[in-house]
Amino acid sequence: MNQLLKRKSRGDMWFDIINYILLTLIMLLVLYPLYFVLVASFSDPNNIYSGEVWLFPKGFTFDGYERIFSDSSIWIGYANSILYATLGTLIGVAVTVFAAYPLARKDLAGKSIIMWFLLVTMFFSGGLIPTYLLIKDLHMLNTMWALVIPGAGGVFNVIIVRTFFQSSIPDEMWEAASIDGCSNTRFFWSFVLPLSKSILAVMVLYHVVGFWNGFFDALIYLNDESKYPLQLVLRNILVQNQVNSGMMIDVESYAAKMRVTELIKYGVIMVSSLPLLILYPFLQKYFVKGVMIGSIKG
Amino acid sequence: MKGSLRVNSRTSGADHSMIKPGRKRWSRVRRDYELYLFLLPIIILYLVFKYYPMYGVQIAFKDFSPSQGIWGSEWVGFQHFVDFFDSYNFWTIITNTLSLSFLSLLFGFPAPIIIAIMLNQMLGKSYKKFVQTVIYAPHFISTVVLVGMLNVFLSPNSGIVNHLITSFGGQPILFMADEGWFRPLYILSGIWQETGFATIIYLAALAGVNPELHEAAIMDGASKWKRVWFVDIPSILPTIVILLILALGNIMSIGFEKAFLMQSDLNYATSNIIPTYVYEMGIQKAQYSFSTAVGLFNSFINIILIFTVNRIAKKMTETSLW
Repeated sequence: MNQLLKRKSRGDMWFDIINYILLTLIMLLVLYPLYFVLVASFSDPNNIYSGEVWLFPKGFTFDGYERIFSDSSIWIGYANSILYATLGTLIGVAVTVFAAYPLARKDLAGKSIIMWFLLVTMFFSGGLIPTYLLIKDLHMLNTMWALVIPGAGGVFNVIIVRTFFQSSIPDEMWEAASIDGCSNTRFFWSFVLPLSKSILAVMVLYHVVGFWNGFFDALIYLNDESKYPLQLVLRNILVQNQVNSGMMIDVESYAAKMRVTELIKYGVIMVSSLPLLILYPFLQKYFVKGVMIGSIKG
Repeated sequence: MKGSLRVNSRTSGADHSMIKPGRKRWSRVRRDYELYLFLLPIIILYLVFKYYPMYGVQIAFKDFSPSQGIWGSEWVGFQHFVDFFDSYNFWTIITNTLSLSFLSLLFGFPAPIIIAIMLNQMLGKSYKKFVQTVIYAPHFISTVVLVGMLNVFLSPNSGIVNHLITSFGGQPILFMADEGWFRPLYILSGIWQETGFATIIYLAALAGVNPELHEAAIMDGASKWKRVWFVDIPSILPTIVILLILALGNIMSIGFEKAFLMQSDLNYATSNIIPTYVYEMGIQKAQYSFSTAVGLFNSFINIILIFTVNRIAKKMTETSLW
């Protein structure tokens, strides 16, 4: 086999060369926009405006970041996002894992009924307005509970965790433990969870990223700006061009204002994405694992 | 079955409860009462937040007024649906929704397959890993930031894209305020953001391709290109079909978030799609019943699509979701 693979024809050589060149180009296409935001966020806005910034920061400055960090709405957004992500992840992961374990057990009476009870919601749903009216009737509007509770225990996550339990917790283990008088709860805490750290990590990551990046629920259910998560604050700045006056304190002319606004936008993109982008190379393998466990029957 | 997707839940092991009903079943329920307690939170959550809104869907057939509640409001039959079908922008919205989803699928669906095959052919392990790390990254950027990036890159005076155009002697283009550019931007940015991450499933499927097939092909003198075409692609076809079914089934539920964030009065002619229309009529204009009817119409088409596609796939390739 190895001998065969080593003997390359000319056609195969060209195949490899073209493949490498194309993939490198694709990679650069993906990377450059991210890199450019980084470079631009450290550049003098006049140089961005005149199009002189391409590969390296020009007129290196922390001005944008100083303005961003002096503004309270960004900090409030950060704090809210951290709060919602922590609380939402705790609730979401707990509900998911607790639901997934019984459904992974072969001997649970009524398992298929419960599974269908969950799966039906993938095809039928009440839709936006009936859900909104429900949240309103429950007096959850303008509270963080509207963001962290209704979506907990998504079907896809339950299936992913269930598949993991099925493939990594052998039935014989429960049989042996139960013969020794172990209860279901005890078995779950002392055996299942300790053996499932990797899937727990995957679930925590999925939830944290979901909450960190989500804005739709907040848009619909929150109207008090002091409760806005980071993404809604960002939307005001990035999409609606509402840069707070606090960030513009020393800017006089309209043109200069426009330039500083642009600089702030680049900085804000970095500031909001930074936590994830720094952690990302370390966490990547867990996400890959999550996708694999969720989709492939081992 | 390595490399194929499993969505069906019914086939997981023998369920003896079906064979021996009655007393034995109840004794098992009693024995496993803790497991049912584990399930209690999700069942309550689903009853309240998923099933109760389904009950609320009836307001699509009523004139909902908050004071009378869901049950007390008056029935109007299909009036809201008729209103929607008769409204002057009905065909625009349907066309916008369908073109945006079909075009996204047409260009977005093959991209990860091609890139996964290319990555799979890479020999240098560390370089391959590096490329993968980079192309997965945009998946973790939020929609708000993605649209923010589009805004700054495509800005007419300061954006890098227009700088490039003008440096080649062209005229700056008002990308974000142009109805003609909405679809290309939506689709291209989607490909940029999600293609890399979507390769994971195909890479896993490719890793499961039987090496003997490749060995046999090499013995017969097949080139790399031929092996990709006659070994790799047929081997991952079941995975491709399943993902295609899922994608087609979701054709009417393209993302609200990005379209909403990219939408402005200036590109409304192409960016007004069903999800944004539901939001506009329901949340902003508080036309609860009408908006629910539009949303219901949308999910109805979605369900028909997924069942149809599943049936076709079953007939043609013997691969299906259920």
